[in-house]
Amino acid sequence: MSGRGLKQLSILTALVLLAGFALVFFWVPMDADQGFKQKIFYLHVPLAIVALCGFVAGGVEGFRHLRTNDRSHDANSYVFIHLSVIFGVATLITGMLWAKASWGHFWVWDEPTLVSFLIVFLLYCTYYPFRYAIEDRDRQARYASVFAITAGAFVPLNFMAVRMAQSLIHPRVFATSGGGLPGSMLFTFLVCLVGIGLLWVTLVKLELLGKQTSGQVSKLRRALEAEGFGGSTEPTGTVGRRIAPNLEAQ
Amino acid sequence: MTPSRQAFAAIVGKDLRTELRTMRSLPAMVLFAVTTFIIFRFGLDRTALSGSLASGVIWTTLLFAAVLGINRIFLPEREEGGFDAFRLAPVDRPVLFTAKAAVLFLYLLVLELIVIPVFGVFFLQEWSGLLPLIPVLLATNLGLAALGTLISSMAVNSRARDLLVPLLLLPLVVPLMIAATGATSHLLDAGGPSYDKFGTWLLVLGLYDGVFCLVGYAVFDFLLED
Repeated sequence: MSGRGLKQLSILTALVLLAGFALVFFWVPMDADQGFKQKIFYLHVPLAIVALCGFVAGGVEGFRHLRTNDRSHDANSYVFIHLSVIFGVATLITGMLWAKASWGHFWVWDEPTLVSFLIVFLLYCTYYPFRYAIEDRDRQARYASVFAITAGAFVPLNFMAVRMAQSLIHPRVFATSGGGLPGSMLFTFLVCLVGIGLLWVTLVKLELLGKQTSGQVSKLRRALEAEGFGGSTEPTGTVGRRIAPNLEAQ
Repeated sequence: MTPSRQAFAAIVGKDLRTELRTMRSLPAMVLFAVTTFIIFRFGLDRTALSGSLASGVIWTTLLFAAVLGINRIFLPEREEGGFDAFRLAPVDRPVLFTAKAAVLFLYLLVLELIVIPVFGVFFLQEWSGLLPLIPVLLATNLGLAALGTLISSMAVNSRARDLLVPLLLLPLVVPLMIAATGATSHLLDAGGPSYDKFGTWLLVLGLYDGVFCLVGYAVFDFLLED
């Protein structure tokens, strides 16, 4: 992966996101029941969908890493999960704001989607201490891939179990979040979903590029030191306790 | 016997023999569980439990007692070179996974055989729900054994072994606990067991067991490479 196209992609992302938010604020009709508060839906739900897809994609990349033993897949898996955790924080915050505005409480245990998302989020938070606890780089990459696969398989199962636990008592009011929408809302929602998805892709590319660049810099620095330039003013510091995957070998 | 079965039997036999001789895990798990019951007695301030409260106490206690066992299941392999010996042996690597999961399953079974009657004596007034509890216990044990073996083998080679097992395991077993408590709570109702959604919960448990047995079996190979 290189930096080519990143600029165009960023511009496209910004345009789509701007268009989506313009639609949200100026065009889409107010929700009859909740009014203006409901508009956080166009931010909250795309964030959640993109984060969950990112988690599953991290699992797929972990699988590919184990199959091919190619380090770049481990780096992809790490970056996917990392950004999805960040998107997950945003999802939880927007979800809690929405819950406070429309139900009066920051946290509602009866809403299965909220609870399942929290469990998935907590599981992926353990990805960082887990990586950090393994010293050997090869082993770290392999174990992280195993974690990504296990957790990726866990995501759908968890949603199913939590939903079942609730549906015994509560009817599924929000079950038709896509199908029950009128056309204009659905269109706006899809534009926002594409925008957030593009944002995720842009950030993934950016972070991968950053890792690649810093890998190259330390490689060049070491080459310089080997030839007697540069001295040892600064420790190269790439070995040891970094949890992000190393892309020097690319 | 095929070599895999031989290896399986050898590892299970070795682990059970060491456990019988050293008593490293099981007594600790049982003691922990019984003490936890006493803490629940005062924490909840109840002398009798039924329904969802009873199932919550049972499963919380069993889960945390299981974590104690899961923490130690690979300890002899790591400390006394069992991993190296196993890598040298000409057998399929997932055999170690199945054998360790079987051992963990047996530990949990013994734990429950002792601890559930104790729970009954302490808290239950209606014992008839304990017999249909058996399939729930077996299905949950299978899931805990598969996931526990997987997590333990990942954590044992890291620096923060004791910390990582509960950290990784607890979120992963939330669905298992949802299904287990869902099935158990109606069985322990004060007026005798009722079977509301019992089959569905067993199905969820079975699906969960199936998925994580397969995942564990498939990825275990990569955890043993060095």
